[in-house]
Order: sequence, then structure tokens, then C-alpha cells
Amino acid sequence: MSQTQSRFQTASGAADGQPPALELVDASRVFTRRGGLFRKAGTPVRAVDGVSLAIHPGETLGLVGESGSGKSTLGRLALRLVDPSSGRLLVDGRDVTEVPKAAMQAMRRDIQMVFQDPYGSLDPRVTIGQSIAEPLKVHGLWDPKGGPHKVAGVMSLVGLDPSHADRYPHQFSGGQRQRIGIARALTLDPKILVLDEPVSALDVSIQAQIINLLQRIQRERGLSYLFIAHDLAVVRHVSHRIAVMYLGTVVELAARDTLYRRPLHPYTVSLLSAVPIADLRMRKRRRTSVTMGEIGSATNVPSGCRFHPRCYRARLVAAGGDVPTERSGDALLPRACLMEQPALRPCGDQTGTGAGDQVACHFPETPETRSEVAAAVLQDIGYPPIRPISPQSV
Amino acid sequence: MANPNPHPGLSVAPPPPVAPVPVPRPVALELRDLTTVFPGDDGPITVIDGISLAVRAGGTLAVVGESGSGKSMTFLSALGLVASPGRVQRGEVRIGGADVLGQTPEQLRRLRGAVVSMIFQDPLTALNPVFTIGEQIVEVLRAHGHFSRAAARTRAVELLARVQIPDPARRIDDYPHQLSGGQRQRVLIAMAIALSPKVLIADEPTTALDVTVQAQILDLLAELQADTGMALVLITHDLGLVARYADDVAVMYAGRLVEVGSIEEVFSDPRHPYTRALFRSIPRLDGPVDEELPAIEGQPPNVARLPPGCAFEPRCTLGRGRADCCTKRPLPLAGDRSGHRSACFHADRLDQMEAAQ
Repeated sequence: MSQTQSRFQTASGAADGQPPALELVDASRVFTRRGGLFRKAGTPVRAVDGVSLAIHPGETLGLVGESGSGKSTLGRLALRLVDPSSGRLLVDGRDVTEVPKAAMQAMRRDIQMVFQDPYGSLDPRVTIGQSIAEPLKVHGLWDPKGGPHKVAGVMSLVGLDPSHADRYPHQFSGGQRQRIGIARALTLDPKILVLDEPVSALDVSIQAQIINLLQRIQRERGLSYLFIAHDLAVVRHVSHRIAVMYLGTVVELAARDTLYRRPLHPYTVSLLSAVPIADLRMRKRRRTSVTMGEIGSATNVPSGCRFHPRCYRARLVAAGGDVPTERSGDALLPRACLMEQPALRPCGDQTGTGAGDQVACHFPETPETRSEVAAAVLQDIGYPPIRPISPQSV
Repeated sequence: MANPNPHPGLSVAPPPPVAPVPVPRPVALELRDLTTVFPGDDGPITVIDGISLAVRAGGTLAVVGESGSGKSMTFLSALGLVASPGRVQRGEVRIGGADVLGQTPEQLRRLRGAVVSMIFQDPLTALNPVFTIGEQIVEVLRAHGHFSRAAARTRAVELLARVQIPDPARRIDDYPHQLSGGQRQRVLIAMAIALSPKVLIADEPTTALDVTVQAQILDLLAELQADTGMALVLITHDLGLVARYADDVAVMYAGRLVEVGSIEEVFSDPRHPYTRALFRSIPRLDGPVDEELPAIEGQPPNVARLPPGCAFEPRCTLGRGRADCCTKRPLPLAGDRSGHRSACFHADRLDQMEAAQ
């Protein structure tokens, strides 16, 4: 653990002089369906709503959340594949929010994307060598002498045989196609990769190969990753910090070790409680499950805290009786959760690995206030509760 | 062999307390040597090869394997659902003791739904978008059972309530697109259990769903199973789900069974190198993070071009290049412990071989 800390000092969020490789400041994206002759204009969908995030050089920021949480839209915002409706996008400290589309292409040399579907993201009629070379040609960097050499270089980097450059995508397996997708993203020597569910379409035995490959490339080239995934175990393995999204907002942002050991947001606890664990100890005891309902739609965002309809913690706090409450449907909830959207703010132990941890919750699960439910979930997943250490015992 | 009760007809004393002997529950579904082939350019391609499996009433069998390993094809074959030009070449499928493979298509159709039913991965494509969910459940009930229209509708509302769809009397008139992914999967489960089948085959039932919804759906299946005593076959690639829900596990590789056993046997003492490697390669919530994942090298093989020996041999760190593994195909034979079968020549000394590496 200490090794991680020393290797990734920037991971705490405190950049040491260097600007973040990528930064989103209060970024939002609203999608509206235009009205037509017979159709009223649709309700605007706030797919991403006021998100601020920074990714530091050499860092992997994991982005987790259910489908519909806005994590893929956020990934597209980072590349300006969709433009933010408001907020700013900074690359290497430069504000590129207003940069015209044409000039964005130059910026995209620095940020490349790897998609989930290694089948759909390659043109079946083009050899993989041509696919991998295409970014160079699009950016006017292709030269007939160095180009093929460059293509062979990235192919070997990702574990493909350069002599296969004249083959077509259908001649490759799923795992190899994902390697092609990664090779293609690396041709322009980018500084940042946005990886949108890069391993979830792959077989288990191949997932590990691709994860190892991505980590090796990061070590060798100092790349920054925005790693979007729904698998919490995969995200834990690759990320230095993790942002948890719910209905367009970041509800928790924390260093890897603190997110899994001391989750602050009840939604994070709920996600952890649902992760299936390949361990027989789980059979002996009934696992604590705190999942409730489904994520709902971004067209009809709940008032106050967006998570309140599914939040076990809000119900516990309201039942505790120390806070003003209000009835919502069948549930008795704290008034704050119903009325006021909580802002993302520093919380928890702000020293060591926990420095920079933030949560958007009125009643977060801090180690001091942790509910028994959350404690049971942590025990289930193999993290016994960390008791606060009193000064005398040190 | 003295009779413990000298007056069998006049027994008054309660039977002496004996340790309860677990009565083995009847086998609900049994496959024997099931083999399915598809025509290929160079002769028939064997997509599943000699699969023998059993699942007991009230039990859950998890079938684990990568895509193309034949786990879905095994059960499509068992239900007579192999699409032409594929065909079951040999084997037996016993449901409640009777071999069903020789039955006519009409007999098989009656069997599906009423005795065995299946739910699939993608709940959107499995529902017809132009009919309400109520109409679709009613159709299942009326096609197989003797329900009047009104009785079928009443039963459909009960079924929706049973799968925990809120406000079922109103939601019954919804179209599939009005439901979330999790609710659609609940509707499919309602249709699958409508006729109280003895066996439910769930093919990756939660792969398309979020992890929070996945837990709810599988808990529902486990609950239904506890109530009805149906046997459940859970086809999945997720070892976490296997650990949580299965009683028995079958691991498939390249159309063949490589390991079968109880959950305890397979998880605590995996006896096939593929099973072992698979367990190691998945990231865990409490695993080490600053090390490379022990990945399985290479790619899953093409079943049209399997090596003559063990299909896993080219990727196996223990057996690669060994004369026996390369030349002769290992069969899943039981070891000294009953029931736990491994298709590895070296099943009994994997620990020593790993230690020697």
C-alpha cells in the first residue's frame, strides 16, 4: 500500500505543481429531444450535472455507477465528442472548452478513446494495419517510411504479431480485437486514454490479459486513464482514485483504498453489497444486501438527494429520530434528503490515503457514524471495520 | 439382521433418535453423453462433446465457461432447441426419468414451459414489443394449461405479484418498453414459472443488468426455488454468483466438461488446471492490487480445430507439452471422492506440480 502511495503521490488529488492531465470544472451536459409536428419537445435529460473531476499525469481515475448514471457521457465530454452544455474542460491546464471543432482535432492527439465493443469499433473491410494507421493519416502525420514502422511498434506493444497487419478484424478473437482497439488509440502517443468498459465484453480469462496490458502500458508510458466500468473489483484493481456517479452527479470521490475500506456514501455501500464474491464464506452467512429498487431515469430526477428513493441510510437516520423528517410515499425520510441536494465536499479522515476524499451526502457513513448495515457489508466483502485509533494506543 | 421392532404392527414407542440420513432428492434433469454437431467444411464440428450432468429437485447447478465453451448449447440441445443444421448426434436427456430426445416436436413443445422452462440473457429481445406483458403471460398459460381468459388474467396478476412487480393489477397492461431492464427480467421469470416447471434453466439471466438489480433477481429466483422445489440450472461466467447460489458446479471448456462437483469440492479443491487458473485470474474485492493478475495466456480454442489431446493443453502451465496431455484426450472421471470429476490426467497431483514450478 505504501508503495502505491509513493508511486502515485498525485493520486490524492493534490497536484504537485503539475497541472492535471485532464480537468472537468462544473461540467454539465443536457440532452433535449426536439419537438416536431406531432410531438412535444422532450423533457431535458441532465445526463451529466455539475461534475468536477481532475485526472493527474500517470493516474487512473475509475468511474463507476449503474447504467444511466452518466458515466459514458462523462467520458465523451472528456474528449469533447459531445460538448458540455456548461462548465469547462481543461487539458494539461489549457482551457479547451471554447476551442473550435476543427482545432479540437489537434487536442485529440492527446486524448484517445478505447470502446467496449471490440467488434463494433473496427471497420470489417479494412485491414487492422490500416485501422491502426488511420489516426496518423487523419492527423496528417503519416509518412510512408516511418508509418509502417510506427504501426508495427504499437502492434508489438499490445502483444499483436506485426506480421498480421494485413489481416481483417474477423480473423481475430475478441481479446485480440480489443488489443487492436488499444493499439489504434496509442498510435498518436496520447497522454490520456478514456477507456469505456474496456474489458466487460471479454471472457474472464481474457479480461486479466487486457487489464495487465493496460497497466503495463501505463507504467511504461506514464499515461493517464479515465477507466469507466461497472465491475467494482476490476475498477479497484486498476484505479488510483475512484469517482462514483449516480444520475449525472458524482456522489463520492475517493482514493482506492479508502473507497473500498471506508465507503462514505450509502450508494457506494449499496454497490459494494451487491458485488458477487467468489468465496464460499459468503454461503455460510446470508450476505447483507441493501440494494433497493432501480436507478430511475435522468428525465425525472428526484428532489433533494437523487439517491433518496433507494437509500437505506436515510431511512435509518429518520427512524433514529434526531432530525426533522418528512413522509415520502411509504418512507419516512430526513427532510434534508428530500429538500436539498447535497454538495460534494471533503469528508472523512483527510490525512494519509484519505486526503481529498469527498462525498455528497447529508448523513455520510463516516467511521464514527457508520451504521451497522454498512459495517456488515464491509465485513461481508472482507474488510473488517477499522476502529478509530485513540491517541493513547499509538 | 434382527428386526429392531419386534411388533411392527403395534409400534407405540417413537422411533429411536437417529442421525437424519439425508435422503437424496430425485434427479430432475439428467444429461448422459450429450453430443451435438454442426456441419463444417472438413466434416462435422462437435460443439458439445459427451456432456453428462445431473441436477436434483430443489438444487442449483451452475454451468461455468467462456463464450463458445458450449454451456448454452448444452441446454439448447437438451430441450430440442438446436437450430438447424446443427443436430444432437448422441446421448440421452432424462427429465423425471423419461428420455426426451426421442420425442416428437409436439411432445417437446408441451414439455418446454410445463416441465422445463428457460430464461435468457436479454430481457428486451425475449419479449414481443407489440403485446402487453399481460397478454404474453396469458398466452403462455392458455397454450399449455386449461385456463379461461379471465382465469389466466387473474393468474397473470398473481404471477407478477410473485415476482415482485409493484402494482401488478395495473402494470399487467404495460408494454415491455414501459418497464426497466430488471422488471422485464422479472416478467420473463413470471412467464417461465407460470406453469410451475420442475426445472428452470436460466441462461446468463442477469448479465445485461446492473449489479444492484442482479442481486435482486437472483434472490428472487432462489426464493421461488425454495418455495416450489424446482431445480435450477444457472448458466453464467460469474464465479461470484456461482459461490453465492449454486449447490453444484460444472466447468466447461471447448465444448467439454472439465470439472464437475459440489460447490465445496470445486471451490475448495479445484482439480482441473483450467478451474484453478480461472479462479486466480479474476480480480477480487479483497485481492492484492499492486501485482499483475495471473492471466490465462493465449485464446480459447476454436472447437473446429481442437488439438488431439486435452483442449486446454496449449494454455496450461502444468501440462503444456507433456506427452500424455498432447496426445490423449482426458475424460471427466470421478476421483476417489464420489461425484467430484475432473478431466485432467494429473488431477490428483496438481498441488505438487504447482509447487514444483
